[in-house]
Amino acid sequence: MNRSSKRDFVVGLFVLAGLGAIAYLSLSVGGWSLRGPGDLVLFADFDQIGGLKPRAAVEISGVKVGQVESITLDQDYRARVRMALRSNLELPVDTSASIVTAGLLGDRYVSLQLGGEEKNLKPGDDIRFTQSAVLLENLIGKFIYGSAESKNDKSEEKNDKSEEKSE
Amino acid sequence: MALIRDLGFAAAVFVDQLGKMAVFAGQILRAVVTPPPRLREFVQEIFKLGVLSLVIICVSGLAVGMVLGLQGYNTLVRFGAEQSLGAVVGLSLLRELGPVLTGLLTTGRAGSATTAEIGTMVATEQLDGLRMMSINPIHWVVTPKALAMIFVMPLLSALFIVCGFGGGYFAGVTIMGVDGGAYVSSLQNAVVFSDDVVGSLLKALVFGVLVGLISTYRGYTCAPTSAGVSSATTSTVVIGSVAILIFDYFITALWGV
Repeated sequence: MNRSSKRDFVVGLFVLAGLGAIAYLSLSVGGWSLRGPGDLVLFADFDQIGGLKPRAAVEISGVKVGQVESITLDQDYRARVRMALRSNLELPVDTSASIVTAGLLGDRYVSLQLGGEEKNLKPGDDIRFTQSAVLLENLIGKFIYGSAESKNDKSEEKNDKSEEKSE
Repeated sequence: MALIRDLGFAAAVFVDQLGKMAVFAGQILRAVVTPPPRLREFVQEIFKLGVLSLVIICVSGLAVGMVLGLQGYNTLVRFGAEQSLGAVVGLSLLRELGPVLTGLLTTGRAGSATTAEIGTMVATEQLDGLRMMSINPIHWVVTPKALAMIFVMPLLSALFIVCGFGGGYFAGVTIMGVDGGAYVSSLQNAVVFSDDVVGSLLKALVFGVLVGLISTYRGYTCAPTSAGVSSATTSTVVIGSVAILIFDYFITALWGV
């Protein structure tokens, strides 16, 4: 009986260690939390969300305060982003949201800039001031197109000059 | 002609075995709900299959994590992306290596022992003795072993993965000099609870069912000779390992874990 109780103790320790490992994977690594209905859910409409995906981070001053829950298309064909933030945040109504990229090729996330109004956003409100994602491809396209245009201008000038000479 | 006949026979045997195994699984299920529950035996089996496998699981997890850390670092550093080493180590361990390697190791370490134990009972007519006393050997001997295997596998897999994280941290941060905070935060950002952690545990659970069923079935149906016990033990390891790898593909393909 004594030996058996010692074995039971070891088995209990093993089960606890296993459950502890699962809990560590779930809570610390997996980022799973028992979130109640007290989340501050906000919406924001963007013209262009780039590569923003559900579960992307929402940050204030670089600190993660929530995540993107879902992205849908609203009736004006703009991207409607639903965000779940920490419920204890007090965000002024003129808070603005912008989609930015971590690093040159990193993940997209939503960055919030606080405004100065005294009234605060309530759960379910829309963030009215938004700034869309900047697409790197468009920038590159603009750059190439722009430089090509300026070259054309120069060659036209040259043509003009040569025409002047011929005259 | 003979070749085709052999093929047909092999296919028939395969289906026959599958069907018998399904019936066996049904008998185990019925034995689970039949009183009295064999709790003492269950704990004993957790000790044998789980606690005694702990060392091999933790050492293997550490070694695999360290290899992943080194290999991942050497590949990522070419792109200057060694900051995401944690994501590489974490996702590969959680999604594939943790459950699969735990399944393979447990098949070799515990599944073979289970088969040999039940097989020896068959060879020495102990199960017939139980039957003579109108004790159902499936309820008495097989069920605690199969249940303990199913119960133990997710726990061992989780421990393997946590040890792997530690090994990856050691190889990447302590030896190769990746920033520790970057390792942990890229690990936490990459891993999603509902996809990766739940999927990992689900895989381990499925592998536990597979190994538990195959090892007990092979032991229960082994030929009552010493050669029969040895071939049953071998076939547990072979069939168990192959089944784990094949099921791993289908779980990944179907659920995208």
